[in-house]
Amino acid sequence: MFRKRLPPEEERRVRANDREYNEKFQYASNCIMTSKYNIITFLPVNLFEQFQEVANTYFLFLLILQLIPQISSLSWFTTIVPLALVLTITAVKDATDDYFRHKSDNQVNNRQSQVLIRGLLQNEKWMNVRVGDIIKLENNQFVAADLLLLSSSEPHGLCYIETAELDGETNMKVRQSVSVTSELGDQNNLSSFNGEVVCEPPNNKLDRFCGTLYWRDKKYTLTNQNMLLRGCVLRNTEACYGLVIFAGPDTKLMQNSGRTKFKRTSIDRLMNTLVLWIFGFLVCMGVILAIGNAVWEREVGSLFQSYLPWDPPVDNFLFNAFLSFWSYVIILNTVVPISLYVSVEVIRLGHSYFINWDQHMFCSQCNTAAEARTTTLNEELGQVEYIFSDKTGTLTQNIMSFNKCSINGQTFGEITDPLGPQPKRLDFTPFNPLADLDFCFYDDTLLESVKVGDLHTQEFFRLLSLCHTVMSEEKSEGELVYKAQSPDEGALVTAARNFGFVFRSRTPGTISTTEMGRPATYTLLAILDFNNIRKRMSVIVRNAEGRIRLYCKGADTVLLERLHPCNQELTNITSDHLNEYAADGLRTLALAYRDLTEDEWEAWSESHRCADKATDCREDRLAAAYEQIEQDMMLLGATAIEDKLQEGVPETIAVLSLANIKIWVLTGDKQETAVNIGYSCKMLTDDMTEVFIISGHTVQSVRQELRRARERMIELSQTRDAVKEAGMEGWGEAYFTGNGLREGDGTGGRAKQLPCPPPPPPPPPPPPSNLMDNISGEFALIINGHSLAHALEADMETEFLSTACACKAVICCRVTPLQKAQVVELIKKHKKAVTLAIGDGANDVSMIKSAHIGVGISGQEGIQAVLASDYSFSQFRFLQRLLLVHGRWSYLRMCRFLCYFFYKNFAFTMVHFWFGFFCGFSAQTVYDQYFITLYNIVYTSLPVLAMGIFDQDVPDHRSLEYPKLYEPGQLNLLFNKKEFFICIAQGIYTSVVLFFVPYAVLSDASQSNGVPLADYQTFAVTTATALVIVVSVQIALDTGFWTVINHVCVWGSLGSYFTIMFALHSQSLFRIFPNQFHFVGSAQSTLLQPVVWLTIALATAICIVPVLAFRFLKLDLKPQLSDTVRYTQLVRQKKRKPVGRSVGGAWRGTGSVSEGRLGARGGSRRSGYAFAHQEGFGELITSGKNMRLSSMALASFASRHSSGWIDTLRRKKHTPPSTSGECSPAPSCVSGSVPPLSNSSSVLGGSQDTPIEQETGTAPAQNTQPVPSSSSQTPPAIVPDSEAAAPQGQAQAPNAGVFNSSAVKCHGGDSPGGWTLSLSTVQEALFGWKGIAARTSGSNSHGPPSVAKETSQIE
Amino acid sequence: MVKQEKEFVNRPDNTAFTQQRLPAWQPMLSAGIIIPGFVLIGLAFIGIGVALFVTSQSIQVLEVDYTGVEQSSPCFKCSDPDVKNCVCKMEFNIDSLFKGPVFFYYGLSNYFQNYRGYGVSKDPNQLSGDLDSFKVPSDSCAPYEYVGKTPIVPCGSVANSMFNDSFKLYQIVSGAKIQVTLDGKGIAWWTDYNVKYRNPSVTPLKNAFNGTVKPTFWSKPAYELDPTDPANNGFINQDFLVWMRRAALPNFRKLYRRITEGDYAKGLPAGNYSLEIAYNYPVLSFDGRKKVVLSNVSWMGGKNEFLGIAYLVIGSMCVVMSIVMLIVYAKFKFPEEE
Repeated sequence: MFRKRLPPEEERRVRANDREYNEKFQYASNCIMTSKYNIITFLPVNLFEQFQEVANTYFLFLLILQLIPQISSLSWFTTIVPLALVLTITAVKDATDDYFRHKSDNQVNNRQSQVLIRGLLQNEKWMNVRVGDIIKLENNQFVAADLLLLSSSEPHGLCYIETAELDGETNMKVRQSVSVTSELGDQNNLSSFNGEVVCEPPNNKLDRFCGTLYWRDKKYTLTNQNMLLRGCVLRNTEACYGLVIFAGPDTKLMQNSGRTKFKRTSIDRLMNTLVLWIFGFLVCMGVILAIGNAVWEREVGSLFQSYLPWDPPVDNFLFNAFLSFWSYVIILNTVVPISLYVSVEVIRLGHSYFINWDQHMFCSQCNTAAEARTTTLNEELGQVEYIFSDKTGTLTQNIMSFNKCSINGQTFGEITDPLGPQPKRLDFTPFNPLADLDFCFYDDTLLESVKVGDLHTQEFFRLLSLCHTVMSEEKSEGELVYKAQSPDEGALVTAARNFGFVFRSRTPGTISTTEMGRPATYTLLAILDFNNIRKRMSVIVRNAEGRIRLYCKGADTVLLERLHPCNQELTNITSDHLNEYAADGLRTLALAYRDLTEDEWEAWSESHRCADKATDCREDRLAAAYEQIEQDMMLLGATAIEDKLQEGVPETIAVLSLANIKIWVLTGDKQETAVNIGYSCKMLTDDMTEVFIISGHTVQSVRQELRRARERMIELSQTRDAVKEAGMEGWGEAYFTGNGLREGDGTGGRAKQLPCPPPPPPPPPPPPSNLMDNISGEFALIINGHSLAHALEADMETEFLSTACACKAVICCRVTPLQKAQVVELIKKHKKAVTLAIGDGANDVSMIKSAHIGVGISGQEGIQAVLASDYSFSQFRFLQRLLLVHGRWSYLRMCRFLCYFFYKNFAFTMVHFWFGFFCGFSAQTVYDQYFITLYNIVYTSLPVLAMGIFDQDVPDHRSLEYPKLYEPGQLNLLFNKKEFFICIAQGIYTSVVLFFVPYAVLSDASQSNGVPLADYQTFAVTTATALVIVVSVQIALDTGFWTVINHVCVWGSLGSYFTIMFALHSQSLFRIFPNQFHFVGSAQSTLLQPVVWLTIALATAICIVPVLAFRFLKLDLKPQLSDTVRYTQLVRQKKRKPVGRSVGGAWRGTGSVSEGRLGARGGSRRSGYAFAHQEGFGELITSGKNMRLSSMALASFASRHSSGWIDTLRRKKHTPPSTSGECSPAPSCVSGSVPPLSNSSSVLGGSQDTPIEQETGTAPAQNTQPVPSSSSQTPPAIVPDSEAAAPQGQAQAPNAGVFNSSAVKCHGGDSPGGWTLSLSTVQEALFGWKGIAARTSGSNSHGPPSVAKETSQIE
Repeated sequence: MVKQEKEFVNRPDNTAFTQQRLPAWQPMLSAGIIIPGFVLIGLAFIGIGVALFVTSQSIQVLEVDYTGVEQSSPCFKCSDPDVKNCVCKMEFNIDSLFKGPVFFYYGLSNYFQNYRGYGVSKDPNQLSGDLDSFKVPSDSCAPYEYVGKTPIVPCGSVANSMFNDSFKLYQIVSGAKIQVTLDGKGIAWWTDYNVKYRNPSVTPLKNAFNGTVKPTFWSKPAYELDPTDPANNGFINQDFLVWMRRAALPNFRKLYRRITEGDYAKGLPAGNYSLEIAYNYPVLSFDGRKKVVLSNVSWMGGKNEFLGIAYLVIGSMCVVMSIVMLIVYAKFKFPEEE
């Protein structure tokens, strides 16, 4: 906290293994500190912070005023007692919070990591890791700091990380070390590594890093591709070494976390405004009374000096009035009682506990209860108008399951009757020992079909087992683990596995499977990789018999066009099936194959090679080549994958939208996926009038599209209205009675009708002026990330907003975390609505933080979102309970609390004001000072707190049944300025009554023994008692839900008032402190008088009777929905009693809102092609780069498939590194072609290389980059000959596998083997993994890509 | 089973309290309660109001202003502050028997005993007999704390400004004046007399006051306030106690004496009376008024017309309101469950 302020870093220099050198720069250590205090600083810092609160300072100021005897109208303790109470409570809360922060800091700082110190690995705590240290990470470990990846156990210095904590993306990413360091290999080499990194200063850009490594007089460019950031998790990599570049607070994770903004609720803000107004009011009253005092002193007081002398220092009526002003400020300060803030906090804390305790928000699967992480926002949960939701992990579980399929015109996987008995899950194990036990499928006809050997079915699953880019790992026999890049693919391959077509392993050139128990090996001739335009992928394989076949899977829209005409009939049937699947919200893929003759293959292979080599328009030419062969295919069928929604998502969304909450989905996913999910969670329906898709790439086009959408909306809604007006008379009446509960005409309003409004929504005919506010009809807007970027520009904001807000559903796809936050900010800025953001990943953090309320889905892997959130629970569906039940109650309670609180304090305080006119404006209090001290903290605090914590207007299940009950919160009806003035007016009225009734009665009254009652103390006791009784009756009226606790509080408070008063007025206390208790005997003497009680009764009646009458009339004339619901509830309860409880159960049943309506939806054709897929993985596979073969797997491989290539491979891997380096050009000679240069960093797939924002962008990744001609500087000098500069990036050509397969045979044997043994030289790396092709046939030999990464990095 | 338990270790308790399912009474302002309630309250208030009003009417009050503002007033001559030891006589006439017990009050108006600075100007320790405070009075007594350097006992404005007119009441029966016995015992609060105010336990009382002076406006020191009764001196003098009990409002009356003894215990018979006033207390400078009030009381204390009328008004308003509500209810009937 008190870290020395260093001048901002210009650049960072880090030298590996040289702590002394690095210490010069005083870089931050890896110790993070989020706590605010320690034991010594706690008291001063905390007090300082607390007195920064205006309220606390104000009370301190009052306290000081009270110490001046001329001003002090009250004893000092009337202020200090509540102030001390408030400060203590807050301090205890802060201390507890900070204690937990300390604990979590300690936990993180004490995590162990292995640091390489003087050649030895030593266990160090995270906090002791220094910049410049080299640390070792093991699989599944969290990265301790921002590291430069030096070397890894994987080939070529590759390692895999999961960045879910950072950006929320769950797919794995590849990082690669600079090749010079990747060969450092073991500890000994690393400990002598003394490279120096010069790089940018710490910043928060997750996707960028730019620096240079200087080592052995050479410079190597460093990019984000070489970095492992804190917060990532190492996956699929046994171990890796990294150099700490940024540590602790400098890491990108911490730089991104930022200071948590202190969130305030709108009630808070309103309250603060009101408190300011009250201060203003207080000053006004003070001024009025001071003027009164001046006049009085001049006119009366000056003449009265013999009896009421002015204080010697105060010999002037003006000065007297000035002092009187301050005295009045002191006694009237109770209009803004200090206990207000404390009470509000206490109530919110109570509500938070109720949220934490709610069993309905407990998820038993993940054993997590809901948690209110912030205790200050509860009532705002009752006012939410916009929900911004993440998709993956929030709406969906991110689990793909193979749900249905259509094979040769027959559909499988239909669950016959959703209401029937739960169908039995198929047991695959007897049939297939390799089956995945977690796989669920219910339709046994499909299994039968496989068993009887239906050819189509078998081919279907064969395709699924072959056509993919999944990697497998087989730790022990039969224990397969699939590493799928997208969960869709994983689901498909797993399905094939369970149905007997088990994908077991792959090499760059082969795929090994077990088909119906028999091992089979296919030669992988080519992978025609997926991309966004093609929307399909194919593989060309040669089976054991030598037959060549192309297997293709892809979006139905593209695939069905490319079928052989003879498929017409089947296509029609399958199309119908696809429609059905799409209607169920499933992601569909169509599958097809094509047999190729050897000649066809040869020909195509040739043309493909040409395309691959082309320098210009390589992409297009490749695509054309693919297009050429993916023709005339035979349809096999279609698959349907369910992107499993979280439980209850559609219902929740339906309920929330009935509650008039607008839900926007902001997702990083692709448009197709997002739309698909939109449909499956019923945000989008086919009933929608129109769904607009904005996907323009330029400002103009986006603007145009938005305008067009708006025009269309107006147009459509006008036609609709025209139609409607015609029919209005007809059904209008019916409608309004049907939906009578809408706005309290109180006539219709039957429960069952409410949740399902009649299909046509009720739009008032739009006045032509503000058309956009009155759009009728249901529209939806889908906007793409790049369009959103334009739409969020300053001049487009309103345009976007007016369009989007007229829509019922808005889906933004491909948005970056920053954009998510921008969208939220946009709504916050322009709509003055309460926003709620819900998400589970680190990419949602920005949005969670910027929304008024952030909700984190817990129980998933990442905890970043939860840490940033205000509320967390584990299921999206709990949101409805959080908002409609807890939020609504909180809002209601808080509003009622505030209304009452202001009322009771005005009633209490204003009596002084009236009394001022009768006591010479001398700031004489009406009440005993003990009463003033205790009124707010003892006599009246508990009943209102009990109401604020426990009150309920309608039971919880009712608020879910009638989502409309949520509306008052959104419209801010229960506590606003008008309500406030009503409360205050009531308070002032009460104070008038409380003063003038005793005044009128007592001034002439006397006890029955003749002693007058008009003495000050009797008057004080009478007024105070009347006040306590009146406010108690009032709270009793306000309390709608009398639990035991409420009874105890209300009666207890009254009891405590009398008890304490009698105690304070008792003789024994007076005898001890004669100086303090002047009211001795007053209570007894006063309260024994019947006149006093008659006065109190009269005052109470005058105060309460009008309120009662008003409330009754309001209830009768203008009932709120909640009143109606409450009333019907009570009537029902009465009627139900003889019937028994069963009716209640039936009632509950009707609660699930309009399920019928949700269920039925006409089919609409949507391409469900939704690979969460990046292109480029095909190349990775065919290049063999990412092949990871443990020796064990290798052995099993060898034993099982003794195909010739593996022997070659094993032989080759013993090639000494040096020779391998020397003969580097050799393979090209062998292959008879020239090795072109390849930028290996791009080989890894452009997707990895591009920044995260682009990664999610639709722009096709740039696969190839021209290699600088200076590449000849590479130490292992590869001589690029004339063709070398020509087509680069061969390696990533999807069909590179063709060559690799042969490379294995002739040369590339050290690709899988070589690196496992030694990663020592660049040369080997260069040639080891790049297949150098000489096809077995010899005819299509081809130049392999073969330049290591650093070539491109050399400057 | 163990696993089961472990799984739900985070499950919140299923109690009525944590699940907000506490049994509760949910009152509703239904017509069935409100309208009859209003009628009942109204009737009750009207009943009490009538009773109060009737009782109040039966109470007799007689006020005699003796400030002497008008020249015609017998006390006019005394109202000049320069005139010392002035005695004036006010004559009045009672038409019918003034039922006893009769209470004799003096009343002051426009007199601000409730002024804050006035109210705090006393020393509670001194008044509870603390001899230390005799020597060093509390600062709150300023400016009536010291005369020179000698402390004032009892100090402060309240004590200093003690009302010091005294009255004698005579019935004039055929020209002869018969003194009406005025009983000055027990006119102060019991707690004031027995608990709150204490003389120092020094005998004779006079010694306790050594080294102190009497309040500047007083003619006699505190220990000589009542020469007739030694027990009625010092801080527990009844008149002093009555004065020290501050009035809440600027127009107030304080009990002076009771007429409970002798021939007048049953009341003051009709006839002419003469009130002899030792006029000492100046009030004209600040427009004050002084009066003497004779009153008798009922079970509910003194005459109080406001209370009865207020009850009658509120009661009738309740009844009217209930009729209005009945009409409204009949017209906009809250939907009964079908």
